[in-house]
Amino acid sequence: MNGGNPVVALIALLAAIGRATILMFATIGGVSRFAARTVRRGLTPPYYPGALFQQLAQIGWLSLPVVGLTAIFTGAALAQQTFTAGSRFNAQSTVPAIVVIGIVRELGPVLVGLMVAGRVSSSMAAELGTMRVTEQLDAMTTLRTDPYRYLIAPRLFAALISLPLLVLIANSIGIFGGYMLSVYKLGFNASSYLAITRNFLEADDFAMALVKAGVFGFFIALMGCYHGFRTEGGAAGVGRATTNAVVSSFILILVSNLLVTVLAFG
Amino acid sequence: MTEPKIVLDNVVKTFGDNHVLDGLSLAIEPGESVAIIGQSGSGKSVTLKCILGLIKPDSGSIRIDGEEVVGASGRALARLRPRIGMLFQGSALFDSLPVWRNVTFGLTRGQHRDAARLRKVAEENLERVGLGREILDLKPGELSGGMQKRVALARAIAPRPEIIFFDEPTTGLDPIRADVINDLIVSLTDDIGVTALTITHDMASARKIAHRVAMLYQGRIIWYGPRDRLYDSGNPYVDQFVQGRADGPIT
Repeated sequence: MNGGNPVVALIALLAAIGRATILMFATIGGVSRFAARTVRRGLTPPYYPGALFQQLAQIGWLSLPVVGLTAIFTGAALAQQTFTAGSRFNAQSTVPAIVVIGIVRELGPVLVGLMVAGRVSSSMAAELGTMRVTEQLDAMTTLRTDPYRYLIAPRLFAALISLPLLVLIANSIGIFGGYMLSVYKLGFNASSYLAITRNFLEADDFAMALVKAGVFGFFIALMGCYHGFRTEGGAAGVGRATTNAVVSSFILILVSNLLVTVLAFG
Repeated sequence: MTEPKIVLDNVVKTFGDNHVLDGLSLAIEPGESVAIIGQSGSGKSVTLKCILGLIKPDSGSIRIDGEEVVGASGRALARLRPRIGMLFQGSALFDSLPVWRNVTFGLTRGQHRDAARLRKVAEENLERVGLGREILDLKPGELSGGMQKRVALARAIAPRPEIIFFDEPTTGLDPIRADVINDLIVSLTDDIGVTALTITHDMASARKIAHRVAMLYQGRIIWYGPRDRLYDSGNPYVDQFVQGRADGPIT
């Protein structure tokens, strides 16, 4: 082959970069069109309130155990870490402040986002992907029902509503976890711990957490539905769609989290 | 002279380098039952999906009752769809919904309402395919393959379409169950006057249910004739296919 020729190798490299770039922009374009179509059709009748409530239960209610568990353990661990690190320079008293800021601004939204992405994005991709490969989506269209309105819009809107609520709950539970560990293991005074917590609890931080949560919810449902909807190639295709949904929603959550944070504080 | 019910005119569809449909033309008269036969992967399912507007052909024209399907708006397709029913190869029942909601899905467009009346409608349609009310509340996964197919047929006929497409209706069924489905298709066309288009590679089924048979090969219709001529078509490709021989012009 021409592997030894540097010019050919360079051109091959440029071609590969070009291909990857084109693919990236094509994917972004495809996802954007998919999202725009879902929102546009979801806001015009016929509406499916039953499907929306079902998804709210699926995404919001049924995620509560895993979200609560994550939050309480993370809050407690954060308190212990802060205490241990702080005790080196006599700054143990920062525990309540760091727990509240760390949970509300960062750990609450991101951990909830990642947990729910793992739970929900994958199941959406698997369900819609199976419906695609068994022709249920085609059957739905021939029965005069728009899959965007019936299946995708309820998932997208339910995630958009559920995630902020879940983050609100997770933040409260996370702070409570830190409080429990600090008071019962580290020997903090309960009322002064709560007083400091209240001092550092700012409405702006909560607002940012909710904005982040909404963005994450949108991406979680969008990735699950997009990859599920475009599944091809039988059972293996459903497996690929599920993996892609989870990986891409994780990446989008982490990147958008940084963007929102930098925009808010930068 | 009246326009045929369904007209396909020089339809071309390519996936990558694969010319699936390469100038396919076919006309189906009202009340007629036509079977398209051909090898697996010869583009039979793609043909049906093009007519349904699920896949957009690269070029050519498809008309239903004189109305153009290719390039039609979503709204125009939505107007056409109540006239068309489709029985999918794997039944494609919605596995999260009970049988009665599957059967009435095309009537409610997926919405929950008037359960008592709809269960009645579901029962009537199940009766037409020889199934009883005891399965109304079962999920599709709890039914045998043959029953699923009949439920799917009940779902397709519930909105009273004028045209029904059958995608390999007898595949995966034993010969007796297959013949039950054949009888149902015949009764739909002969008794109710539905226009039917079936794709199949089951020769016994094609001969029983179709008035005319079309053979699809390399993206075109290479033979189109009455079912009685299927076994003496004089076409070497059709001969090889209907007799199921490995040697011949088709490789």
